[in-house]
Amino acid sequence: MLVSGTMATRTTVRLSNAVVRFAGDSGDGMQLAGDQFTTQSAMAGNDLATLPDFPAEIRAPAGTLAGVSSFQLHFSDQDIHTPGDAPDVLVAMNPAALMKHLESLKPGGTLIVNSDAFSGRNLTKAGYESNPLEDDALTDYQVHEVQITTLTLRALEGHIERGELNKKEAERCKNMLALGLVSWMFSRPIAETESWLQTKFAKKPDVADANITALRAGRNYGETTEAFVFTYEVKPAKLPPGRYRNITGNQAVAYGLIAASVRSGLPLFYGSYPITPASDILHELAKQKHFDVSTFQAEDEIAAIGSVIGAAFGGSLAVTASSGPGIALKTEAMGLALVMELPLIVVNVQRGGPSTGLPTKTEQSDLLQILHGRNGEAPIPVVAASSPSDGFDATIEAARIALTYRTPVVLLSDGYLANSAEPWNLPDVDSLPDLTEVFAFTTEPNGPDGEFLPFLRDPETLARPWALPGTAGLEHRIGGLEKEADTGHISYEAGNHHAQTLLRHERVQRIADDLPPLEVEDPSGDAQILLVGWGSTEGPIRAACHEVRQKGIPVARIHLRHLSPLPNDLDELLKAYPQVLCPENNMGQLAMHLRARTLVDVQTYDRVTGQPFSSSELVEAIEALVTEVPA
Amino acid sequence: MTTNDAKLTKKDFTSDREVRWCPGCGDYAILATVQTLLADAGARPESTVFVSGIGCSSRFPYYMDTYGIHSIHGRAPAVATGLAIARPDLDVWVITGDGDGLSIGGNHLMHALRRNVNLNILLFNNEIYGLTKGQYSPTSPLGSKHKSTPMGSLDRPINPVSLALGVEATYVARSIDTDRQHLTEAISGAYEHRGASFVEIYQNCNVFNDGAFMALKAPDQKEHNQIRLRQGEPITFGPDNEHAVVAEPDGSMSFMDTQEAGDRVVVHDANREEPTTAFALSRLSHNPTGPTPIGIFRDVDRPVYDDLLREQVQEAVDTKGEGQLTDLLSSGNVWDVDD
Repeated sequence: MLVSGTMATRTTVRLSNAVVRFAGDSGDGMQLAGDQFTTQSAMAGNDLATLPDFPAEIRAPAGTLAGVSSFQLHFSDQDIHTPGDAPDVLVAMNPAALMKHLESLKPGGTLIVNSDAFSGRNLTKAGYESNPLEDDALTDYQVHEVQITTLTLRALEGHIERGELNKKEAERCKNMLALGLVSWMFSRPIAETESWLQTKFAKKPDVADANITALRAGRNYGETTEAFVFTYEVKPAKLPPGRYRNITGNQAVAYGLIAASVRSGLPLFYGSYPITPASDILHELAKQKHFDVSTFQAEDEIAAIGSVIGAAFGGSLAVTASSGPGIALKTEAMGLALVMELPLIVVNVQRGGPSTGLPTKTEQSDLLQILHGRNGEAPIPVVAASSPSDGFDATIEAARIALTYRTPVVLLSDGYLANSAEPWNLPDVDSLPDLTEVFAFTTEPNGPDGEFLPFLRDPETLARPWALPGTAGLEHRIGGLEKEADTGHISYEAGNHHAQTLLRHERVQRIADDLPPLEVEDPSGDAQILLVGWGSTEGPIRAACHEVRQKGIPVARIHLRHLSPLPNDLDELLKAYPQVLCPENNMGQLAMHLRARTLVDVQTYDRVTGQPFSSSELVEAIEALVTEVPA
Repeated sequence: MTTNDAKLTKKDFTSDREVRWCPGCGDYAILATVQTLLADAGARPESTVFVSGIGCSSRFPYYMDTYGIHSIHGRAPAVATGLAIARPDLDVWVITGDGDGLSIGGNHLMHALRRNVNLNILLFNNEIYGLTKGQYSPTSPLGSKHKSTPMGSLDRPINPVSLALGVEATYVARSIDTDRQHLTEAISGAYEHRGASFVEIYQNCNVFNDGAFMALKAPDQKEHNQIRLRQGEPITFGPDNEHAVVAEPDGSMSFMDTQEAGDRVVVHDANREEPTTAFALSRLSHNPTGPTPIGIFRDVDRPVYDDLLREQVQEAVDTKGEGQLTDLLSSGNVWDVDD
């Protein structure tokens, strides 16, 4: 921490990074405040990562622990990979938010509480027997009691008097007052937020004006009151040159789908049924119809993938998305798509399970469901996104595999990636893979006697022809029944079924021949421990590796984009290290898979809390492992 | 290979696959009727797609020399919906049965019909599960004794035509497998109709439920029980048209002696916007053991889902211009980081 400048009454402290968490009732607008603070941080040039966390209930009973919604932002002048473990600053809009989040606030951290909300019933609902602002519960922190509600109403007195909004509506602007105050604390200009409010409430200028007034009131409160001795500043991060924007995982997947459509020349068909946390992909694509995007909100999960199979048969880049419970419903149709050998993409934005589980929380526990959860021998390629912006590249890779090999492909994301944001260095559109090169529609008969053989395969990729209805002479029927080689005619012959089963496995396996070598991060080159990760745990794993290396412990790390087929060089790599540790947000599913495939004694590090795991916990796990390494 | 000018025949719609329904199955007659009428109607094999689910009827696509998908149980309307949205140039048919379409796939059937997707849906109703060897189906009469219901079925059957009209399907007809001419009319009407068309076909399963439709098919019974719906004509039936259908004050319909009914006889109008009268007609029989209306219950024009969907895409292109990837990626707040 560097002191870089002193004013008459307060000091601006330069921080390398900070973690700020806004917490309040579901109706308090914490996600909006967090989003706007994120935009401000991005515009200030920080690297950042966010963690929105909200209840499954749209409006849980006000003031209760169940209704607490929070938004955490980690921003830095360095390259960062996680939304941060413990916040430096916690904004608690009510006692329930304080009760739920105080535990994670760093010792000595800054706590801003809305003291107006700390009265009788709110305290009881949160489980406080006495008012924490009055007893000694908060002595470890720098506490700022701010009458956020009162200040908001006072700032908007004129608006209320003029009848532009009532008291209740005015009170709703308190998130902007809190944001104004935090913006001031971190030396952030608020102009960007003001113009966003003007756009958002373009049709309700009174509401826009009230929110802007509250925002400014918050900033002014910070500036004029002497309660705040420090303000903070986080300088821009040294990111690689380029044009940047913030992007969430769901947005990145939606953009990736559009990019794959543009780069393949195929119209995009997206059929899905709303489900948390995947619905935002549908919302995003529904806004982008001018890219020749057809969105179909189906009557259920099965209809969604059914429609996608039909659209793929018709020649679209066909995609459905869901989360675990919906994927469970789609499994039979995924099997159909794989035996029909149609290119399509199934996105699984995983959430906590089993059953309805934790709809708004993250987990990686659908891996084995995706790898194995179908009837029969039913191999499907699987790729996983590892960060919010990586959703874009992972999606294009899923499309490449689907189109090249004529197969359904599963793209794994999760609740954390879906809703979290990070800066994204925008790719040059012309540098994206040219997907027109990986497939061509069949337009002429391919059989020796001038007939069409719908399952006559490409000798290299084993892909079958993709012949579209409308093409005269190539009429053919395909379905779920076992097929004879080449003709695709129904066949129940024993030897044929065995051969076709092997072929379907081989077809997926050949994808591995086309993958680049795994990238091993082993800076010292003498690591004895290899960490293997997949999906959204990349951030915490990368951060933890960095930390243990700082402590002088060499560790190596790989991160798997392809989970089926596994890369060809994985086996040898795992066997090159005495210890292999696989951290996952599940009970060790990848570890089980790797053990089965390689017979390497992969060790597990499992957390299923519904939250991305903290890198500090992982550091401890790695250190524990080190003591076991034979000298 | 066919050309667009050649006059096609039934043979052009017949695949080289051996038909494997049980000898005597009603499906043979339906297959022959469809193959013939498509040729006569000028349909093109390459632009025709048959989509089916699971069940005896769902083997249908294999026997058509067109494009086809034999999908999974109950899901054919969903698969066909995706195809119809993606490809306005195709004639998309759904072949389903009473188990496939009304039991496991009831949800998809209902939604395809209410959306008015441009599909022709033929539901082969044999009131039995054939491919699983003889369990009662959702259209089997109450008390049906079959393998899974030795003491009689307990649930009231669905009336498929009532269901279709209940979700305001825009074309709803009912016909009989072996009545070639009537079936041709009902299916040709479906083919001509833009939007979702639904044809319930009484189809005899001679192995597990033989004779279920004797009341409408036996020479000595059919004249008494077939109520033939003819556009613009009074609805009467019987060897001498001695019975008539009349409307009751409560909105239902009943039978009356034609003479006695006079001008109370309901005049059939399938083009009526309101489905209420058609629905009341469909309630005249619940299983075809007595007088039962056959023919076209409803035939109205309404915007078609997939047309509207494509119009929205076009409208978006017209107002925003064709999407540019670079613009999309850099939408919202962007900032530049220099070297």
